[in-house]
Amino acid sequence: MAEKLLKKGNEAIALAAIRYGADGYFGYPITPQSEVMETLMEEMPWETTGMVVLQAESETSSINMLYGGACCGKKVMTSSSSPGISLMCEGISYMAGAELPCLVVNVIRGGPGLGTIQPGQSDYFQAVKGGGHGDYKVIVLAPASVQEMYDFVGLSFDLAFKYRTPVMILSDGAIGQMMEKVELREPVRRLTDEEIAEKYGHWATVGKQPHRKGNIISSLSLEAWEMEAINLRLQEKYKKIKENEVRYETLLCEDAEYLLVAFGSSARICENTVELAREKGIKLGLLRPITLFPFPEKPIQDLLPQLKGVMSVELNAGQMVEDVKLAVNGKVPVEFYGRMGGSIFSPQEVFTAFSEKFNL
Amino acid sequence: MDVKDIINPENFVYGKSKVLTDTVMHYCPGCSHGVVHKLLAEVIEEMDIQDKTIGVSPVGCAVFAYKYIDIDWQQAAHGRAPALATATKRLYPDKYVVAYQGDGDLASIGTAEIIHACNRGENIVVIFINNAIYGMTGGQMAPTTLIDMKTATTPYGRSVELNGHPLKITELIAQLEGTCFVTRQAVHTPAGARRTKRAIRKAFENSAQKKGTSLIEVVSTCNSNWKMSPVQANEWMVENMFPFYPLGDLKDR
Repeated sequence: MAEKLLKKGNEAIALAAIRYGADGYFGYPITPQSEVMETLMEEMPWETTGMVVLQAESETSSINMLYGGACCGKKVMTSSSSPGISLMCEGISYMAGAELPCLVVNVIRGGPGLGTIQPGQSDYFQAVKGGGHGDYKVIVLAPASVQEMYDFVGLSFDLAFKYRTPVMILSDGAIGQMMEKVELREPVRRLTDEEIAEKYGHWATVGKQPHRKGNIISSLSLEAWEMEAINLRLQEKYKKIKENEVRYETLLCEDAEYLLVAFGSSARICENTVELAREKGIKLGLLRPITLFPFPEKPIQDLLPQLKGVMSVELNAGQMVEDVKLAVNGKVPVEFYGRMGGSIFSPQEVFTAFSEKFNL
Repeated sequence: MDVKDIINPENFVYGKSKVLTDTVMHYCPGCSHGVVHKLLAEVIEEMDIQDKTIGVSPVGCAVFAYKYIDIDWQQAAHGRAPALATATKRLYPDKYVVAYQGDGDLASIGTAEIIHACNRGENIVVIFINNAIYGMTGGQMAPTTLIDMKTATTPYGRSVELNGHPLKITELIAQLEGTCFVTRQAVHTPAGARRTKRAIRKAFENSAQKKGTSLIEVVSTCNSNWKMSPVQANEWMVENMFPFYPLGDLKDR
């Protein structure tokens, strides 16, 4: 029997990092995710798995420590919350450009600015549309439970190394702080330096080997044709990710006439909204994107023939709704309901908004 | 005796380090970077650590250090080399990690990273080229620009009222408990180059002994942006830079 614990989402991230064989965590304290580093420091994984945990002087430094660690072919990660992630966006752009694997966890708080410490989903655009400069994407996973906080750490590392790209877990203060049962998976061993050299030595900075030229990890190309070629290669990679890595979950969509689209903690609330609607005889379903990039366009499109309307439900002013609209492409009405700045809707509130918008 | 008879291995008194690539350097004639690159490559070769050394190049003229010194390189964002070097050294404690930075990179945009890496006593080597100006972007004021020195952004000379004082960051770094060896050198003469090479070697040895951070400032010329000939630039450096940035060890323990 796998060990089951009652843990906060943030604690689950820390435990998962150790058990999925992470080599390094570099972070800076910020509410509402400070438990990630606190848990790691309590666990002292450097004594067991050899994982490095270091409190950096800033988020800017954290992400650049990730850059250095990722250059070495190591599994490295950080976590932060919205204002800290803004500081990291430059580094994420560098890592996307240099094609480096890493995991960045964003436990979102309501913004803009210093904002609040309450949960929000207002960093959707930042996560999905870029955040930093240049034409790049990161794979974005949106957990809706403490178990998914744990599981997505392993999934993130797999995807990050498969595509050599940064991966972001886009969570929020609610998922980070709430306690739930979490089942610990079979631990994954850290790779030895020799195994890393064997596996990634053709690109990683592990020390120049006599049989090859020095490895250079850079996102710089002064020649326009060279930079364009790099951009085209990146776009090709994003296309492959779109084709292969879409993840989502549906609830009562088989006979649904109306659809809610919601991710993360909003999706948890919307599960109850679907129940409320069903009690009233309204055929409402829920589609929960698990990957926000790549966005589950096709699964939404496949449902369109049976649908009379779609509503995107988010803890922001309406961000993912733009992607929903792109997917729906005018075929059925698309509405939006959201709360901002740390306020959270109830299932009933969402149902009322839904009924009003579709005159039910 | 013919010239051909002279060219044989026994008569070699000087050779290019095998750790230097054959790529033609983009540095201006008279620039100190080329000499410092050569010294760094020679130390890596002499210590036989080419396969164990990871370099971190800055943003600035030395961004392309990776083209010239044949080791594995990471090219950092502006000012962040010490953060990359920190993680690399922590993840590979038995390898040598050298961050190569200019004055804009280390003493302006990257002040936090260098101070904290040094304060944590990361077992890395930092080479700090101080030519009192931003080279690659075309000669703007650096934190180390001297008072009254003319640059593209101080066309009438650096004024204390407008721009504050030149930053003696090496003196500051020498105060930090995490540093074991902090020195200021110059490569304008053969003797200076030899002393600088000895300092680089010592820094790498300190790293192996896990003594803490070693930082070598090299007071350098940027004759192109100083708008001088290489010879004039060296003279100007001796007359104007050395009084404010005196050479020698600031700390060695």
